[in-house]
Amino acid sequence: MGPTIFGKNNAWSATFKNISADDGATLVQMARDIYPHDHLADKYYAAVISGYDKAAGKDKSLKGMIEKELKKINSASKKKYKNNYRMINREVERVDILKANTKSPLFAKVRGDLVVGLYNNKEVWPKFGYEGESASKGGYLNRGYNDINWLDKV
Amino acid sequence: MAKFSKSDNSVAVIIGSGAGGGVLGMELALKGIKTVILEAGGRHNPQDFVNDEWASFGQISWLDKRTTSGDWRVSRDFSGLPSWIVKAVGGSTLHWAGASLRFQPHEWKVKTEYGNIKGASLEDWPIDHKEMDKWYTKAENHMGTLGTGGRERLPGNNNYKVFEAGAKRMGYKDFHTGNMSINSKPYDGRTACQQIGFCFQGCKSGAKWSSGYVSIPKGEATGKLEVRTHAQVLKIEHGKDGKVNGVVYADKKGTIHKQRARIVCVAGNSIESPRLLLNSESNMFKNGLANSSGQVGRNYMRHMTASTYAIFERPVYFYRGTTMAGIVTDESRNDPSRGFVGGYELETLALGLPFMAAFLDPGQWGREFTASMDQYDHMAGLWIVGEDMPQASNRVTLHKKFKDKYGMPTPNVHFSDHENDIKMRNHAWKQSTALYESVGATKVIQTPPYPSTHNLGTNRMSAKARDGVVNKHGQTWDVKNLFISDGSQFTTGAAENPTLTIVALAMRQAEYIAKQMSSKAI
Repeated sequence: MGPTIFGKNNAWSATFKNISADDGATLVQMARDIYPHDHLADKYYAAVISGYDKAAGKDKSLKGMIEKELKKINSASKKKYKNNYRMINREVERVDILKANTKSPLFAKVRGDLVVGLYNNKEVWPKFGYEGESASKGGYLNRGYNDINWLDKV
Repeated sequence: MAKFSKSDNSVAVIIGSGAGGGVLGMELALKGIKTVILEAGGRHNPQDFVNDEWASFGQISWLDKRTTSGDWRVSRDFSGLPSWIVKAVGGSTLHWAGASLRFQPHEWKVKTEYGNIKGASLEDWPIDHKEMDKWYTKAENHMGTLGTGGRERLPGNNNYKVFEAGAKRMGYKDFHTGNMSINSKPYDGRTACQQIGFCFQGCKSGAKWSSGYVSIPKGEATGKLEVRTHAQVLKIEHGKDGKVNGVVYADKKGTIHKQRARIVCVAGNSIESPRLLLNSESNMFKNGLANSSGQVGRNYMRHMTASTYAIFERPVYFYRGTTMAGIVTDESRNDPSRGFVGGYELETLALGLPFMAAFLDPGQWGREFTASMDQYDHMAGLWIVGEDMPQASNRVTLHKKFKDKYGMPTPNVHFSDHENDIKMRNHAWKQSTALYESVGATKVIQTPPYPSTHNLGTNRMSAKARDGVVNKHGQTWDVKNLFISDGSQFTTGAAENPTLTIVALAMRQAEYIAKQMSSKAI
């Protein structure tokens, strides 16, 4: 059994075997800072990141890249804000570190995986007001395709 | 269903089964001509489609290796995906939104209309709107196009209602729910639209016309049409007489076959069609088949496109119902006083949450982006589609190094905007932003073009052999029994979505081919 990572509010946990608990938690924080939605719990970001642990078990170069790039990001964070990335309290300061590291292959990977993985998670759809599949329900013909009611008020 | 021998040299072979190939196959079969359609993808019935954007993308998209170059943003954000088209029976008529617009009369003659535009390789089409009128009518009746032939248009959905209110405030005069080839009432044995949404993912109710499940079965019912799926054509072959006599294709297992043919019609969409001609080079045709003019692959057009998404104080739920049933045509005129030639259409558009994340502002991240996404259910949206300038340097070429699994060079798609395209896009963004602000938009996002859905012009039609690849019948100038039957034969793109014109041209071409065959000219 590898280390289990618990989120700030214990709302999520993920067991990592190949990535250290600290690196896992740093990646989840990075994910949230890249696509911050305050109405989404950490578990939705962790769902994408936990895939990296499995992948890192098979792919040593991925594991190495993650470790190396996180070291760089933490070292930049310590230099500028006297703390490791995920321990920096203010989002604006963490984002400042990310902005200086957008060329990092890790940043590109997390952003690219997240833009698909986060928004394609059916569990988050209702939180954005997206109803998804409709054919099995007869479409929207009798379910509000034309129910907008405020246009005469603008 | 017909099944023809591979050694049968009396058949017409059509490569591709979309708006051009599928309709041509139906028409030839209805005229009693033995026809084999070779389709690179598989066959799906409407019930097999999925209301899930990424899953559907994996199910039906053309995902073979391609590369890109040029200054278009697609080349930066989606470098391996120049186009968003379909690999399946029905081709991109599975994915299309259904907008079925005729060219405006002047759009057949833009070189005359616009004059010489620096950097543009404009030509007039060798046909005109008068000649096309009856073919458009025939196509509209086949496809059940609304707003024509007495067919009532669709009711407007939420996204349309916002759009319509804005159009009125803007003083626009010509707006409605569009000439969609989507049944508003049962038609041709198919049901009426259920306002499902997911028009891009394949219409599960079959209310939207597609060559895959409407035209091709009508052809197959004659006993004269055979459709072979998972048949990827690698090369068109010819005899010593310079006439084509067959095609080489790989089946699902990768086994190579040769189908003999009396005529060959290429309809693989505007990237694969020129790629196939270029890959069919021989000692007799050293620069590729039908390429004595050097025009094969050139003048690649993709329409001047962009999107505008607007956020409102109150909810819209714009994704409910038809994806694109809404149009303003006021800006489609040619009015050079706006600072550019040609015009554009504004058409309602909605994406699901997954695709909105991918396309709203590709590569963007952080709070500005997520603040927009948080308002997804308060969004309205539209697509801009206008005429782009053909340029000889925008072209499909064969990659010098990359080859597909059959050893054929993969295509590279090079595209850069013409100055006219940029001016038109900026005008369209300004107008559509004003449209949404007139009904209270609190934030407007100007979204760059998606990977191309309207791929046009790479085997263009011309009045003179030196200026293009095919004559006014889509027959190649160099090889009289070789035809181009898809949007790659477009001389210029006009402002309108191209499918109706591709279908009308295929119907017109079928009549020409039948006459040429019966007179033994081919």
